[in-house]
Amino acid sequence: MMNSINLSAIFILIILLFSILAIESKNILKSIVFLSAASILTALIFVIWKAPDVAMTEAAIGAGLTTFLFVLTYFKINTIKKEN
Amino acid sequence: MINNIINSWVFVYGPLSIFLIGLYGILTQNNIFKLVISINIMNLGVNLYIIALGYVHNGIAPIYTEKFKMSGENFVDPVPQALVLTAIVISVAITAFFLAVLIKNYEKYKTLDIEKIKGLEND
Amino acid sequence: MRKFGALIIILALLYFLGSGLITDLKINRKNNLSQKTARAYINRNVKNPEINNQQLHGKTNNENTAANSVTAVIVDYRSMDTLGEITVLFLAVTGVLALLGSSKNNRIKLEKPNYILKISSKFLFPLIFLFGFYIFIHGHLTPGGGFQGGTIVAAAVLMMYFASNNYRVNTTDIKILESLSGLSFIIIGIFGLFILGDFLQNFLNKGIMGELFSAGIVPIIYILIGLKVSAELSNIVKEFMGDK
Repeated sequence: MMNSINLSAIFILIILLFSILAIESKNILKSIVFLSAASILTALIFVIWKAPDVAMTEAAIGAGLTTFLFVLTYFKINTIKKEN
Repeated sequence: MINNIINSWVFVYGPLSIFLIGLYGILTQNNIFKLVISINIMNLGVNLYIIALGYVHNGIAPIYTEKFKMSGENFVDPVPQALVLTAIVISVAITAFFLAVLIKNYEKYKTLDIEKIKGLEND
Repeated sequence: MRKFGALIIILALLYFLGSGLITDLKINRKNNLSQKTARAYINRNVKNPEINNQQLHGKTNNENTAANSVTAVIVDYRSMDTLGEITVLFLAVTGVLALLGSSKNNRIKLEKPNYILKISSKFLFPLIFLFGFYIFIHGHLTPGGGFQGGTIVAAAVLMMYFASNNYRVNTTDIKILESLSGLSFIIIGIFGLFILGDFLQNFLNKGIMGELFSAGIVPIIYILIGLKVSAELSNIVKEFMGDK
């Protein structure tokens, strides 16, 4: 009953829930954290679907570099707002 | 019967609905930050769908090792994986460029709301 | 009003696109690769791909002796697409540098850097660097390659930026490394044109599948791509932190 396709069905439902929460939340930092969590879960689904190259790329880029870029622009905008 | 429903959800309707949630975010949100996040969500949906096209039942990852050395093995399709690898790297380049444009925009107009920026009276 | 209209459009698209794409789903009837191009790439025999059940690992008479099939597709069979991807990445980095290079871009300063990070980053930086190099040198034997290894090296540079407020990266070194890697990629392609007759053709000795020095120019190209991507992503990290 619990084979690989059923497991990935559960994970796709969780990714759907996180992406709805990422769009509809009022705080920007919460949206960034939800996007990063959705990225890591898609990397997990890529491992279940037997694609190790793509999983490594998505985990390094989606959960590493993209989250970093978002958080740094958030800091920069706060710094510019404080100077005025 | 229920096997058919789970198969079509996992391989077609799931990634398609993730893509359409990103599209809904582009159509209705006013904050520019949320636009960038919606574009990234659309990228996730499309990459999931392309790899779902290449899944073979009871397949093996496409790498030749000591254990799987013959050429008639039951490998998963390697061509969609090559296409998705390119797409993921390009998406990070687009996100970095979009965020640099956002920083310069904030320095000039001092607001992140897209309803207040558009129009010629702000120029 | 706007949200209601967007919701109607999304539901209509879900119905129409879903019913159109569901006929592509072949998972129920024995989805094998017998009618796709991938069969020729997996059998390493593009001219007649029906020859099956040969031993490939440990032998030397194939078209392409890289053990990782995804690497063989990216670097050997479809290497013009990789050239286009490198060009797009280069253009995006040029755009970011042109926008954020002004004098108002001050450095993001942390008030009190973490003590644990300050001590352990000096010890961890060469290890993460070495791990990134290992991943893109062994790109044709294990899962990995140039893009993954380059991102890991850029993450190591990011960790050093967070550890102390006075860390700088020399801009001239990054520019020289990136330009030389991109130029060498094209020069290797032109060598292929003069020696064998096609741009980016494999002209070195193909070894035995499964060893480190195998598959001709595949490890050399992946090392050049890894160096180029790590230099470009370190440049993006440097610009977003505000270092001049």
